[in-house]
Amino acid sequence: MEEKILDMLEELCGDSIVREDIDINLLEEDLIDSLDYTELLVSIEEEFGIVMSPSEFTRDQMDTPAKIIAQVKARMN
Amino acid sequence: MTLFGDFYFFIWAALLLVPAVVLGLMEKPIKYYGAFVTAVFIYMAMGSSPKAILNLAVYCLYQLLLVNAYIFVNRRKPRNGILYWLFIILSIAPLGVWKISAFVTGHGIFAFLGLSYLTFKSVQIIIEIYDGLIKEVKPFDFLYFLTFFPCLSSGPIDRSRRFSEDLYGKLSRAEYIDLLGNGLFKIVLGMTYKFALAAGFYQAITWLGSGSRLINQGIYMYSYGLYLFFDFAGYSLMAVGTSYILGIKSPDNFNKPFLATDMKDFWDRWHMSLSYWFRDFIFSRFMMKAIKGKWFKNKLTGASVGFIINMGVMGVWHGLDIYYIIYGLYHGVLLALTEIYQKKSKFHKKHKKERWYKFISWGITFNLAMFGFFIFSGRFTQILGLSG
Repeated sequence: MEEKILDMLEELCGDSIVREDIDINLLEEDLIDSLDYTELLVSIEEEFGIVMSPSEFTRDQMDTPAKIIAQVKARMN
Repeated sequence: MTLFGDFYFFIWAALLLVPAVVLGLMEKPIKYYGAFVTAVFIYMAMGSSPKAILNLAVYCLYQLLLVNAYIFVNRRKPRNGILYWLFIILSIAPLGVWKISAFVTGHGIFAFLGLSYLTFKSVQIIIEIYDGLIKEVKPFDFLYFLTFFPCLSSGPIDRSRRFSEDLYGKLSRAEYIDLLGNGLFKIVLGMTYKFALAAGFYQAITWLGSGSRLINQGIYMYSYGLYLFFDFAGYSLMAVGTSYILGIKSPDNFNKPFLATDMKDFWDRWHMSLSYWFRDFIFSRFMMKAIKGKWFKNKLTGASVGFIINMGVMGVWHGLDIYYIIYGLYHGVLLALTEIYQKKSKFHKKHKKERWYKFISWGITFNLAMFGFFIFSGRFTQILGLSG
Protein backbone atom coordinates (compact mmCIF):
# COMPACT_ATOMS: atom_id res chain seq x y z
CA MET A 1 0.00 0.00 0.00
CA GLU A 2 2.80 2.40 0.90
CA GLU A 3 4.42 1.73 -2.46
CA LYS A 4 1.18 2.50 -4.32
CA ILE A 5 0.74 5.81 -2.52
CA LEU A 6 4.33 6.79 -3.17
CA ASP A 7 3.78 5.94 -6.85
CA MET A 8 0.76 8.22 -6.94
CA LEU A 9 2.63 11.05 -5.24
CA GLU A 10 5.62 10.67 -7.50
CA GLU A 11 3.42 10.93 -10.55
CA LEU A 12 1.45 13.89 -9.19
CA CYS A 13 4.46 15.87 -8.02
CA GLY A 14 6.64 14.83 -10.95
CA ASP A 15 9.54 14.40 -8.53
CA SER A 16 11.06 11.26 -7.03
CA ILE A 17 12.07 13.22 -3.95
CA VAL A 18 8.76 12.13 -2.34
CA ARG A 19 10.26 8.61 -2.10
CA GLU A 20 13.62 9.68 -0.83
CA ASP A 21 12.28 11.94 1.89
CA ILE A 22 8.88 10.82 3.15
CA ASP A 23 8.77 13.67 5.65
CA ILE A 24 9.17 16.37 3.04
CA ASN A 25 6.53 19.12 3.30
CA LEU A 26 4.62 18.91 0.03
CA LEU A 27 2.96 22.30 0.45
CA GLU A 28 6.00 24.31 1.49
CA GLU A 29 8.10 22.76 -1.26
CA ASP A 30 5.41 23.64 -3.80
CA LEU A 31 5.10 19.99 -4.83
CA ILE A 32 1.32 19.71 -4.53
CA ASP A 33 -1.53 22.19 -5.05
CA SER A 34 -5.31 22.01 -4.49
CA LEU A 35 -5.81 20.37 -7.86
CA ASP A 36 -3.16 17.67 -7.26
CA TYR A 37 -4.63 17.04 -3.82
CA THR A 38 -8.04 16.42 -5.39
CA GLU A 39 -6.49 13.95 -7.85
CA LEU A 40 -4.77 12.19 -4.98
CA LEU A 41 -8.09 11.71 -3.17
CA VAL A 42 -9.66 10.26 -6.34
CA SER A 43 -6.71 7.88 -6.83
CA ILE A 44 -6.93 6.71 -3.22
CA GLU A 45 -10.66 6.08 -3.63
CA GLU A 46 -10.20 4.17 -6.88
CA GLU A 47 -7.22 2.15 -5.67
CA PHE A 48 -8.26 1.26 -2.13
CA GLY A 49 -12.01 1.91 -2.11
CA ILE A 50 -11.61 4.45 0.69
CA VAL A 51 -13.67 7.63 0.36
CA MET A 52 -11.72 10.56 1.77
CA SER A 53 -13.51 13.87 1.68
CA PRO A 54 -11.73 17.10 0.69
CA SER A 55 -12.76 18.82 3.92
CA GLU A 56 -12.01 15.87 6.18
CA PHE A 57 -8.43 16.81 7.03
CA THR A 58 -6.76 20.13 7.57
CA ARG A 59 -3.84 20.66 5.24
CA ASP A 60 -1.28 20.14 7.99
CA GLN A 61 -2.70 16.66 8.61
CA MET A 62 -1.87 15.68 5.01
CA ASP A 63 1.24 17.65 4.08
CA THR A 64 3.92 14.95 3.96
CA PRO A 65 4.01 11.52 2.23
CA ALA A 66 4.38 9.87 5.67
CA LYS A 67 1.27 11.59 7.03
CA ILE A 68 -0.79 10.71 3.96
CA ILE A 69 0.24 7.05 4.27
CA ALA A 70 -0.64 7.08 7.97
CA GLN A 71 -4.11 8.56 7.31
CA VAL A 72 -4.89 5.97 4.64
CA LYS A 73 -3.64 3.19 6.93
CA ALA A 74 -5.82 4.46 9.77
CA ARG A 75 -8.80 4.31 7.43
CA MET A 76 -8.07 0.76 6.22
CA ASN A 77 -8.11 -0.71 9.70
CA MET B 1 -24.55 49.50 18.31
CA THR B 2 -22.40 47.91 15.62
CA LEU B 3 -20.26 44.86 16.37
CA PHE B 4 -16.58 45.92 16.20
CA GLY B 5 -17.76 49.18 14.73
CA ASP B 6 -18.30 51.74 17.46
CA PHE B 7 -17.16 52.95 20.82
CA TYR B 8 -20.03 51.39 22.78
CA PHE B 9 -19.23 47.97 21.43
CA PHE B 10 -15.68 48.12 22.77
CA ILE B 11 -16.78 49.39 26.18
CA TRP B 12 -19.31 46.60 26.52
CA ALA B 13 -16.85 44.02 25.17
CA ALA B 14 -14.20 45.11 27.68
CA LEU B 15 -16.72 44.70 30.52
CA LEU B 16 -18.42 41.51 29.38
CA LEU B 17 -15.21 39.68 28.52
CA VAL B 18 -13.70 40.03 32.00
CA PRO B 19 -15.64 37.04 33.42
CA ALA B 20 -14.58 34.99 30.37
CA VAL B 21 -10.93 35.73 31.18
CA VAL B 22 -11.50 34.73 34.82
CA LEU B 23 -13.09 31.43 33.71
CA GLY B 24 -10.21 30.83 31.30
CA LEU B 25 -7.60 31.46 33.98
CA MET B 26 -9.45 29.12 36.37
CA GLU B 27 -9.42 26.43 33.65
CA LYS B 28 -13.22 26.30 33.67
CA PRO B 29 -15.33 25.96 30.49
CA ILE B 30 -16.13 29.35 28.95
CA LYS B 31 -18.79 28.20 26.50
CA TYR B 32 -21.92 28.77 28.60
CA TYR B 33 -20.82 32.26 29.55
CA GLY B 34 -19.76 32.79 25.92
CA ALA B 35 -23.28 31.89 24.79
CA PHE B 36 -24.71 34.39 27.26
CA VAL B 37 -22.42 37.18 25.97
CA THR B 38 -23.38 36.22 22.42
CA ALA B 39 -27.07 36.61 23.27
CA VAL B 40 -26.39 40.02 24.87
CA PHE B 41 -24.48 41.27 21.82
CA ILE B 42 -27.07 39.99 19.36
CA TYR B 43 -29.70 41.89 21.30
CA MET B 44 -27.57 45.05 21.34
CA ALA B 45 -26.64 44.83 17.65
CA MET B 46 -30.09 43.92 16.36
CA GLY B 47 -32.37 45.19 19.14
CA SER B 48 -33.55 48.14 17.09
CA SER B 49 -35.17 45.68 14.70
CA PRO B 50 -37.15 43.00 16.55
CA LYS B 51 -38.05 41.55 13.18
CA ALA B 52 -34.38 40.85 12.40
CA ILE B 53 -33.95 39.06 15.74
CA LEU B 54 -37.05 37.02 15.02
CA ASN B 55 -35.70 36.16 11.55
CA LEU B 56 -32.40 35.08 13.06
CA ALA B 57 -34.18 32.89 15.62
CA VAL B 58 -36.42 31.32 12.96
CA TYR B 59 -33.38 30.76 10.73
CA CYS B 60 -31.40 29.02 13.49
CA LEU B 61 -34.27 26.74 14.48
CA TYR B 62 -35.00 25.94 10.83
CA GLN B 63 -31.35 24.98 10.22
CA LEU B 64 -31.23 22.97 13.45
CA LEU B 65 -34.28 20.98 12.34
CA LEU B 66 -32.82 20.60 8.87
CA VAL B 67 -29.46 19.15 9.95
CA ASN B 68 -31.13 16.76 12.37
CA ALA B 69 -33.66 15.68 9.76
CA TYR B 70 -30.79 15.07 7.35
CA ILE B 71 -28.86 13.00 9.90
CA PHE B 72 -32.01 10.90 10.37
CA VAL B 73 -32.62 10.49 6.64
CA ASN B 74 -28.97 9.90 5.76
CA ARG B 75 -28.75 7.08 8.31
CA ARG B 76 -31.55 5.25 6.48
CA LYS B 77 -30.38 6.05 2.95
CA PRO B 78 -26.66 6.82 3.19
CA ARG B 79 -25.06 8.89 0.43
CA ASN B 80 -28.25 9.30 -1.55
CA GLY B 81 -27.61 11.98 -4.20
CA ILE B 82 -31.17 13.26 -4.54
CA LEU B 83 -31.72 13.67 -0.80
CA TYR B 84 -28.31 15.33 -0.51
CA TRP B 85 -29.15 17.99 -3.08
CA LEU B 86 -32.62 18.47 -1.65
CA PHE B 87 -31.17 19.30 1.77
CA ILE B 88 -28.46 21.52 0.27
CA ILE B 89 -31.16 23.52 -1.54
CA LEU B 90 -33.29 23.74 1.61
CA SER B 91 -30.24 24.94 3.53
CA ILE B 92 -29.39 27.66 1.00
CA ALA B 93 -33.06 28.65 0.46
CA PRO B 94 -33.23 31.44 3.10
CA LEU B 95 -30.15 33.13 1.60
CA GLY B 96 -31.56 32.68 -1.90
CA VAL B 97 -34.89 34.23 -0.92
CA TRP B 98 -33.12 37.19 0.61
CA LYS B 99 -30.60 37.77 -2.22
CA ILE B 100 -33.20 37.48 -4.98
CA SER B 101 -35.82 39.61 -3.23
CA ALA B 102 -33.21 42.24 -2.36
CA PHE B 103 -32.08 42.32 -5.98
CA VAL B 104 -35.57 42.55 -7.42
CA THR B 105 -37.29 44.89 -4.96
CA GLY B 106 -34.36 46.71 -3.37
CA HIS B 107 -35.30 45.53 0.12
CA GLY B 108 -34.86 41.87 0.93
CA ILE B 109 -37.41 39.60 2.54
CA PHE B 110 -36.01 37.74 5.55
CA ALA B 111 -32.94 39.87 6.12
CA PHE B 112 -30.80 39.86 9.23
CA LEU B 113 -27.21 40.51 10.18
CA GLY B 114 -24.88 37.69 9.14
CA LEU B 115 -27.25 35.63 6.95
CA SER B 116 -24.66 35.28 4.15
CA TYR B 117 -22.01 34.00 6.52
CA LEU B 118 -24.31 31.73 8.52
CA THR B 119 -25.26 29.93 5.31
CA PHE B 120 -21.70 28.65 4.87
CA LYS B 121 -21.80 27.12 8.31
CA SER B 122 -25.14 25.34 7.83
CA VAL B 123 -24.26 24.03 4.36
CA GLN B 124 -20.89 22.76 5.59
CA ILE B 125 -22.67 20.61 8.16
CA ILE B 126 -25.09 19.14 5.57
CA ILE B 127 -22.17 18.26 3.25
CA GLU B 128 -20.17 16.66 6.04
CA ILE B 129 -23.18 14.63 7.20
CA TYR B 130 -23.36 13.26 3.65
CA ASP B 131 -19.62 12.49 3.82
CA GLY B 132 -20.13 10.59 7.07
CA LEU B 133 -17.91 13.00 9.02
CA ILE B 134 -20.74 14.33 11.21
CA LYS B 135 -23.02 11.84 12.90
CA GLU B 136 -24.74 13.98 15.49
CA VAL B 137 -25.44 17.67 16.03
CA LYS B 138 -26.09 18.85 19.56
CA PRO B 139 -28.51 21.80 19.77
CA PHE B 140 -26.37 23.95 22.09
CA ASP B 141 -23.16 23.39 20.11
CA PHE B 142 -24.93 24.03 16.82
CA LEU B 143 -26.65 27.24 17.90
CA TYR B 144 -23.50 28.57 19.55
CA PHE B 145 -21.46 27.74 16.46
CA LEU B 146 -23.95 29.53 14.17
CA THR B 147 -24.42 32.67 16.23
CA PHE B 148 -20.98 32.97 17.94
CA PHE B 149 -20.94 36.77 18.07
CA PRO B 150 -17.30 37.57 17.15
CA CYS B 151 -17.81 35.90 13.75
CA LEU B 152 -21.54 36.58 13.31
CA SER B 153 -21.61 39.54 10.96
CA SER B 154 -18.74 38.85 8.53
CA GLY B 155 -16.80 35.73 9.52
CA PRO B 156 -14.14 34.36 9.59
CA ILE B 157 -16.02 31.24 8.49
CA ASP B 158 -15.20 28.53 10.99
CA ARG B 159 -15.89 24.79 10.59
CA SER B 160 -18.22 22.99 12.98
CA ARG B 161 -15.92 20.07 13.81
CA ARG B 162 -13.03 22.43 14.53
CA PHE B 163 -15.29 24.66 16.65
CA SER B 164 -16.54 21.67 18.66
CA GLU B 165 -12.99 20.57 19.38
CA ASP B 166 -12.44 23.94 21.06
CA LEU B 167 -15.73 23.63 22.96
CA TYR B 168 -14.77 20.28 24.43
CA GLY B 169 -10.99 20.69 24.56
CA LYS B 170 -9.38 21.81 27.79
CA LEU B 171 -6.85 24.62 27.89
CA SER B 172 -4.35 24.72 30.73
CA ARG B 173 -3.88 28.08 32.40
CA ALA B 174 -0.58 28.62 30.57
CA GLU B 175 -2.19 27.79 27.21
CA TYR B 176 -5.09 30.14 27.92
CA ILE B 177 -2.74 32.98 28.90
CA ASP B 178 -0.88 32.45 25.66
CA LEU B 179 -4.13 32.53 23.67
CA LEU B 180 -5.34 35.58 25.58
CA GLY B 181 -2.11 37.45 24.83
CA ASN B 182 -2.33 36.62 21.14
CA GLY B 183 -5.98 37.60 21.13
CA LEU B 184 -5.36 41.00 22.71
CA PHE B 185 -2.53 41.65 20.28
CA LYS B 186 -4.80 40.84 17.34
CA ILE B 187 -7.51 43.14 18.67
CA VAL B 188 -5.10 46.08 19.03
CA LEU B 189 -3.61 45.44 15.59
CA GLY B 190 -7.11 45.12 14.12
CA MET B 191 -8.19 48.41 15.66
CA THR B 192 -5.14 50.10 14.14
CA TYR B 193 -5.96 48.60 10.74
CA LYS B 194 -9.61 49.53 10.80
CA PHE B 195 -9.75 52.84 12.64
CA ALA B 196 -6.45 54.40 11.57
CA LEU B 197 -5.32 52.92 8.26
CA ALA B 198 -8.67 52.04 6.64
CA ALA B 199 -10.09 55.37 7.78
CA GLY B 200 -7.08 57.12 6.19
CA PHE B 201 -7.52 55.41 2.84
CA TYR B 202 -11.21 56.19 3.01
CA GLN B 203 -10.32 59.87 3.13
CA ALA B 204 -8.14 59.39 0.05
CA ILE B 205 -11.07 57.81 -1.78
CA THR B 206 -13.39 60.68 -0.91
CA TRP B 207 -11.02 63.59 -1.49
CA LEU B 208 -8.79 62.44 -4.32
CA GLY B 209 -10.68 59.64 -5.99
CA SER B 210 -13.95 61.29 -6.86
CA GLY B 211 -13.20 63.00 -10.18
CA SER B 212 -13.63 61.36 -13.55
CA ARG B 213 -10.11 61.88 -14.91
CA LEU B 214 -7.86 58.85 -15.30
CA ILE B 215 -5.70 59.95 -12.36
CA ASN B 216 -8.78 60.08 -10.10
CA GLN B 217 -9.83 56.61 -11.22
CA GLY B 218 -6.31 55.35 -10.51
CA ILE B 219 -6.20 56.88 -7.04
CA TYR B 220 -9.69 55.51 -6.39
CA MET B 221 -8.64 52.01 -7.48
CA TYR B 222 -5.57 51.74 -5.27
CA SER B 223 -6.98 53.55 -2.27
CA TYR B 224 -10.23 51.54 -2.44
CA GLY B 225 -8.23 48.27 -2.59
CA LEU B 226 -6.11 49.24 0.40
CA TYR B 227 -9.15 50.55 2.27
CA LEU B 228 -10.95 47.25 1.68
CA PHE B 229 -7.96 45.29 2.97
CA PHE B 230 -7.37 47.31 6.13
CA ASP B 231 -11.09 47.52 6.89
CA PHE B 232 -11.81 43.83 6.43
CA ALA B 233 -8.49 42.49 7.74
CA GLY B 234 -8.87 44.85 10.73
CA TYR B 235 -12.36 43.54 11.46
CA SER B 236 -11.17 39.94 11.01
CA LEU B 237 -8.24 40.42 13.40
CA MET B 238 -10.58 41.82 16.05
CA ALA B 239 -13.05 38.96 15.49
CA VAL B 240 -10.33 36.31 15.79
CA GLY B 241 -8.80 38.05 18.81
CA THR B 242 -12.16 38.20 20.58
CA SER B 243 -12.76 34.52 19.79
CA TYR B 244 -9.44 33.68 21.45
CA ILE B 245 -10.56 35.39 24.67
CA LEU B 246 -13.59 33.10 24.63
CA GLY B 247 -11.32 30.08 24.12
CA ILE B 248 -12.24 29.57 20.45
CA LYS B 249 -9.41 29.54 17.90
CA SER B 250 -11.30 31.00 14.95
CA PRO B 251 -9.28 30.71 11.72
CA ASP B 252 -7.24 33.63 10.38
CA ASN B 253 -8.62 35.43 7.36
CA PHE B 254 -5.62 37.23 5.87
CA ASN B 255 -1.94 36.46 5.45
CA LYS B 256 -0.19 39.44 3.81
CA PRO B 257 -2.21 39.19 0.56
CA PHE B 258 -0.30 42.00 -1.15
CA LEU B 259 2.91 39.96 -1.03
CA ALA B 260 1.36 37.26 -3.25
CA THR B 261 3.40 36.37 -6.33
CA ASP B 262 0.57 34.89 -8.38
CA MET B 263 -3.24 34.79 -8.28
CA LYS B 264 -3.37 31.31 -6.75
CA ASP B 265 -1.05 32.56 -4.05
CA PHE B 266 -3.28 35.63 -3.63
CA TRP B 267 -6.36 33.49 -2.85
CA ASP B 268 -4.24 31.53 -0.39
CA ARG B 269 -3.76 34.79 1.50
CA TRP B 270 -6.92 36.89 0.90
CA HIS B 271 -10.17 36.14 2.78
CA MET B 272 -8.77 32.69 3.44
CA SER B 273 -11.68 31.26 5.41
CA LEU B 274 -13.91 32.01 2.40
CA SER B 275 -11.53 30.78 -0.29
CA TYR B 276 -10.77 27.59 1.67
CA TRP B 277 -14.49 27.00 2.08
CA PHE B 278 -14.97 27.28 -1.67
CA ARG B 279 -11.91 25.10 -2.28
CA ASP B 280 -13.10 22.32 0.04
CA PHE B 281 -16.81 22.37 -0.74
CA ILE B 282 -17.05 23.46 -4.36
CA PHE B 283 -13.79 23.34 -6.32
CA SER B 284 -12.45 20.02 -4.95
CA ARG B 285 -15.81 18.29 -5.19
CA PHE B 286 -16.41 19.46 -8.73
CA MET B 287 -12.91 18.33 -9.73
CA MET B 288 -13.29 14.92 -8.09
CA LYS B 289 -16.55 14.32 -9.96
CA ALA B 290 -14.97 15.56 -13.19
CA ILE B 291 -11.93 13.30 -12.82
CA LYS B 292 -13.99 10.23 -11.88
CA GLY B 293 -16.52 10.81 -14.63
CA LYS B 294 -13.81 11.71 -17.18
CA TRP B 295 -15.77 14.85 -18.12
CA PHE B 296 -12.80 16.53 -19.73
CA LYS B 297 -10.22 15.08 -22.07
CA ASN B 298 -7.64 17.57 -20.95
CA LYS B 299 -6.72 18.05 -17.31
CA LEU B 300 -6.13 21.77 -17.74
CA THR B 301 -9.52 22.32 -19.39
CA GLY B 302 -11.18 20.63 -16.40
CA ALA B 303 -9.22 22.74 -13.94
CA SER B 304 -10.08 25.93 -15.84
CA VAL B 305 -13.80 25.15 -15.81
CA GLY B 306 -13.48 24.29 -12.10
CA PHE B 307 -11.83 27.62 -11.28
CA ILE B 308 -14.38 29.64 -13.26
CA ILE B 309 -17.38 27.88 -11.67
CA ASN B 310 -15.83 28.17 -8.21
CA MET B 311 -15.12 31.88 -8.43
CA GLY B 312 -18.35 32.55 -10.33
CA VAL B 313 -20.33 31.13 -7.41
CA MET B 314 -18.17 33.21 -5.05
CA GLY B 315 -19.14 36.33 -7.04
CA VAL B 316 -22.86 35.50 -6.93
CA TRP B 317 -22.62 34.91 -3.18
CA HIS B 318 -21.55 38.55 -2.79
CA GLY B 319 -24.70 39.65 -4.61
CA LEU B 320 -26.56 39.42 -7.89
CA ASP B 321 -25.33 42.83 -9.07
CA ILE B 322 -23.45 42.71 -12.35
CA TYR B 323 -20.18 43.92 -10.80
CA TYR B 324 -20.08 41.06 -8.28
CA ILE B 325 -20.68 38.51 -11.01
CA ILE B 326 -17.97 40.06 -13.21
CA TYR B 327 -15.66 40.16 -10.17
CA GLY B 328 -16.11 36.43 -9.63
CA LEU B 329 -15.65 35.51 -13.27
CA TYR B 330 -12.62 37.82 -13.53
CA HIS B 331 -10.90 35.90 -10.73
CA GLY B 332 -12.00 32.54 -12.16
CA VAL B 333 -10.47 33.38 -15.54
CA LEU B 334 -7.29 34.71 -13.92
CA LEU B 335 -6.88 31.51 -11.88
CA ALA B 336 -7.44 29.39 -14.99
CA LEU B 337 -4.89 31.42 -16.97
CA THR B 338 -2.40 31.19 -14.09
CA GLU B 339 -2.81 27.42 -13.98
CA ILE B 340 -2.37 27.02 -17.73
CA TYR B 341 0.64 29.34 -17.81
CA GLN B 342 2.38 27.65 -14.88
CA LYS B 343 1.84 24.15 -16.24
CA LYS B 344 2.72 24.92 -19.87
CA SER B 345 5.32 27.65 -19.89
CA LYS B 346 8.92 26.49 -20.04
CA PHE B 347 9.95 30.06 -19.32
CA HIS B 348 8.02 29.95 -16.03
CA LYS B 349 9.48 26.62 -14.98
CA LYS B 350 12.99 27.79 -15.78
CA HIS B 351 12.85 31.11 -13.95
CA LYS B 352 10.22 30.71 -11.23
CA LYS B 353 12.72 30.63 -8.39
CA GLU B 354 14.71 33.67 -9.53
CA ARG B 355 14.40 36.98 -7.74
CA TRP B 356 13.69 39.26 -10.71
CA TYR B 357 11.00 36.88 -11.95
CA LYS B 358 9.33 36.80 -8.56
CA PHE B 359 9.46 40.59 -8.37
CA ILE B 360 7.77 41.02 -11.75
CA SER B 361 5.18 38.36 -10.86
CA TRP B 362 4.48 40.19 -7.62
CA GLY B 363 3.96 43.50 -9.46
CA ILE B 364 1.55 41.94 -11.97
CA THR B 365 -0.37 40.12 -9.23
CA PHE B 366 -0.70 43.25 -7.10
CA ASN B 367 -2.16 45.23 -9.98
CA LEU B 368 -4.50 42.44 -11.09
CA ALA B 369 -5.79 42.17 -7.52
CA MET B 370 -6.30 45.94 -7.32
CA PHE B 371 -8.18 45.93 -10.60
CA GLY B 372 -10.36 43.16 -9.16
CA PHE B 373 -11.31 45.44 -6.25
CA PHE B 374 -12.03 48.21 -8.74
CA ILE B 375 -14.59 45.88 -10.38
CA PHE B 376 -15.88 44.86 -6.93
CA SER B 377 -16.45 48.49 -5.96
CA GLY B 378 -18.97 48.89 -8.80
CA ARG B 379 -17.02 51.82 -10.29
CA PHE B 380 -15.74 49.88 -13.29
CA THR B 381 -19.21 48.81 -14.48
CA GLN B 382 -20.44 52.34 -13.75
CA ILE B 383 -17.82 53.76 -16.11
CA LEU B 384 -18.83 51.17 -18.73
CA GLY B 385 -22.46 52.16 -18.23
CA LEU B 386 -23.43 48.66 -17.07
CA SER B 387 -24.50 49.62 -13.56
CA GLY B 388 -25.80 52.66 -11.75
